[in-house]
Amino acid sequence: MSTPITFSRRNFIRTSSIASGGLLIGFNLLQSCKPKVVAEPEIDLASLDYQDFNAFIKIADNGAVTIFSPNPEIGQGVKTSMPMIIAEELDVAWDMVHVEQGVLDTKNYTRQLAGGSQSIRTGWDALRKTGATAKQMLVNAAAARWGVDASECSVSEGIITNAAGAQLGYGELVAEAAAMEVPEDVVLKEPKDYKIIGTDVGNVDIDKITSGKPLFGMDYKAEGMVYASVLRPPAFGQELVSFDASEAKAIPGVIDVITIGDKARSYLEKGGNWTVRLSTSDKVVVLANSTWEAFKGKKAIKATWTAATPLESTELHDKKLLELLDGNKFQTLRSDGNVKKAFAQADEVLERTYESPFLPHNCMEPMNFYADITDDKIHLVGPIQTPEFAAIAVADLLERDVEDIHLEMTRMGGGFGRRLYSDFVLEASEISDKIKKPVKMVSSREDDMTTGVYRPAIKYRIAAAVKGGKITGYHLKEAAINGNMYGLIPNFFPAGAIENYQVDAANYQSNITVGAWRAPYTNFLAFAEQSFFDELAEMISVDPIQLRLDLLQNVKGTTDERIQYSAERMEDVIKLAVEKSDWGNKPEGTYQGFVSYYCHNTHVAEVADVVIENGQPVVKKVTCAVDCGILVNRLGALNQIEGGVVDGTGHAMYGDFAFNDGKPEAQNFDRYRLIRMKEAPLVETHFVKNTIAPTGLGEPTLPPAGGAIANAIKAATGNRLQNQPFSKYPELLRAPKKEIIG
Amino acid sequence: MPTYTVTVNGKSQTVDASEDTPMLWVLRDHLNMVGTKFGCGIAQCGACTIHLDGNAVRSCQLTIAQVSDKEITTIEGLSEDGSHPVQQAWKEVDVPQCGYCQAGQMMTASAFLNKNANPDETDIKNAMHGNICRCGSYNRIYKAVAIAADKMNS
Ligand code: FES
Ligand code: FES
Repeated sequence: MSTPITFSRRNFIRTSSIASGGLLIGFNLLQSCKPKVVAEPEIDLASLDYQDFNAFIKIADNGAVTIFSPNPEIGQGVKTSMPMIIAEELDVAWDMVHVEQGVLDTKNYTRQLAGGSQSIRTGWDALRKTGATAKQMLVNAAAARWGVDASECSVSEGIITNAAGAQLGYGELVAEAAAMEVPEDVVLKEPKDYKIIGTDVGNVDIDKITSGKPLFGMDYKAEGMVYASVLRPPAFGQELVSFDASEAKAIPGVIDVITIGDKARSYLEKGGNWTVRLSTSDKVVVLANSTWEAFKGKKAIKATWTAATPLESTELHDKKLLELLDGNKFQTLRSDGNVKKAFAQADEVLERTYESPFLPHNCMEPMNFYADITDDKIHLVGPIQTPEFAAIAVADLLERDVEDIHLEMTRMGGGFGRRLYSDFVLEASEISDKIKKPVKMVSSREDDMTTGVYRPAIKYRIAAAVKGGKITGYHLKEAAINGNMYGLIPNFFPAGAIENYQVDAANYQSNITVGAWRAPYTNFLAFAEQSFFDELAEMISVDPIQLRLDLLQNVKGTTDERIQYSAERMEDVIKLAVEKSDWGNKPEGTYQGFVSYYCHNTHVAEVADVVIENGQPVVKKVTCAVDCGILVNRLGALNQIEGGVVDGTGHAMYGDFAFNDGKPEAQNFDRYRLIRMKEAPLVETHFVKNTIAPTGLGEPTLPPAGGAIANAIKAATGNRLQNQPFSKYPELLRAPKKEIIG
Repeated sequence: MPTYTVTVNGKSQTVDASEDTPMLWVLRDHLNMVGTKFGCGIAQCGACTIHLDGNAVRSCQLTIAQVSDKEITTIEGLSEDGSHPVQQAWKEVDVPQCGYCQAGQMMTASAFLNKNANPDETDIKNAMHGNICRCGSYNRIYKAVAIAADKMNS
């Protein structure tokens, strides 16, 4: 038996012409005397003899394919859906594909980031071209071997057939294909020819998840690793003065107690990067042989803290944000026409204020990271949504070369935006650098909830001017903690639909760390605006859905490039939701609420069905109409949509997070209420079918849920909810007393 | 440190750990069985659910000193080959989003279905109430439990 021939790296094909930043297609150039057959699906694809290198695609000589999924997997399903797109254009059977998580590799992959529901949208063209280019090279290799023109060959599921009916499998051609010139232009499939895209493909990690195999950062272990538990300031604004570790050190299993902070402070002085949220305080680190011993050691530390900056409370934030709304320190984010004039000339004005609390992310898997820092290399492993920026931050923190870093992403037990921020990666790195040992930093739930990067508390004040039954002016003011809505959000509906339109924003600078939380800003803005539209419709005696449809007419044909939502696509989801939810035809006792919304490039309409049980409104069902363009993985898409609606419902109903003297009142799930199965509505989803390039689904169905529920609760109880969480206002969650007749 | 003998998935193993060590960490850190997950540590989330003599319990609340003569089953031991009806149902429905809570969900479901083979909607929702899924995959968890019940009956 001959031994496999290993080709050198330069034989691999760099197809930098494909996409900006360059994508690499790798073939496993493996030759052996194994029979050249197409493998049967029963073969364990993971165990085949592949050559190991970083790229998107590897093909074994039996035709089995490994596809590397470049982006971090946080539960949004890209580890399944991104490889599906490559496999579709490569034209292989899905059951011949084995998927692996790619490592951080900025040379060969672009935008390895999980955020903004953008992985599929921004990856769509590059991933398809990667698959199609590889396919074309295999076809060219077959054509050359046969001495025919490539255009005479057809492909189906990894088998190339020529005009005479002869066939070759991909596995038989990998070596020759690698020698082919990289085609400049490749033909992409028509959507009607898709065999994988649009089907129901199960989660590629399902077997591991259902049998308890190591997958997550929490599960990662390495030889010689110690566990670290970090004691951070218990209140925002505090810094460490001194500590006594004698009791902690006496606990069996505790190895040592150290402090970190020097490197973090000098790094912060240099500015950090956008993923860095770090306290300037020293932190006490307990090193132990196990997680439990590290946690126990941390509890035994006696630390003294001082307030370096004022300790803030929710009461203060409420006052400050309302003052901002009443004041005039705004930055105008968009202004059309003359809002002032419209309000001055109005027959009627509606003005409402909507309030929301801070929210912790509460990823099911608490923050953790593995770091092994030696003089030669930096090995990082764990759950991070922004591996590239985290690596840069670590390199800058330790004043090392980013090239020294090898970063592996694990499957993440949720992200929701929390893992965009790299504080825990930096902590693990500073610890390992200091003790010169591999370390796994693990947060307890209390650490995770109380030293978080929160959704900021936000208040909106919305006013509309009505003249002659028409909406002539719309003025939205935002007051938020530490930052304001960004990007194109001020240009979302109803921007472009109302002649005089203005969005103003102001913020209060607090020492509480805030950041992106699933569907940043829109997660509450959608509730505020969509509740407001319903109330506005009621005021001017128009059907609430008709009001939205009428406004959309004004946007049609707009030349304003900032406006990215489409009136036509919005109409489609509205009509679909109306039809499928049986809007207006529900039996007595079922009350409905409607929302249509655009964010993260996806159009969604939701109808909530509420009934009264035991005198209280209960959300039974949410019907969703979604236009996300081409559906990549229907099964995965449905899961995201259901999750978004349930998450939106849970946080609108129960999510509350108050601060007292800089300290969060809730520290764990006993005081922080997350939605549970009984409270979760049934989610029914309908897709608008089209062949427009796909958009993401990790976020877009969350924002509309709160508004749809609030509008349904209004229908059921007569009460308008203006503040979240709804459960804080039990007096509004009560059915009206029935009139007793006779 | 005291030495304990524990029986996990039919296998007897010895562990050196202090008596207050929760089984959660014995499994994860001492025995390298990381399928059982840490979510809250205070009996609120169910991520750490295992079976103790067939009953679903929170391993974060169960110390090693309490389990000596008892049988423990973890997600790794639910079946040899992923063929337990609950595992099959979970795959059929494609339940997980991030997947982190699912071992706990499955352990709660399997212990419950062993005791109640014909659950109605309320039974299932009551049984699963203690398990949080932050991703909100409750629609699918519910469906999978119902399918697993059918499988266990046929
Ligand atoms: S970790 Fe045990 S119930 Fe949450
Ligand atoms: S699937 Fe993510 S917590 Fe349940």
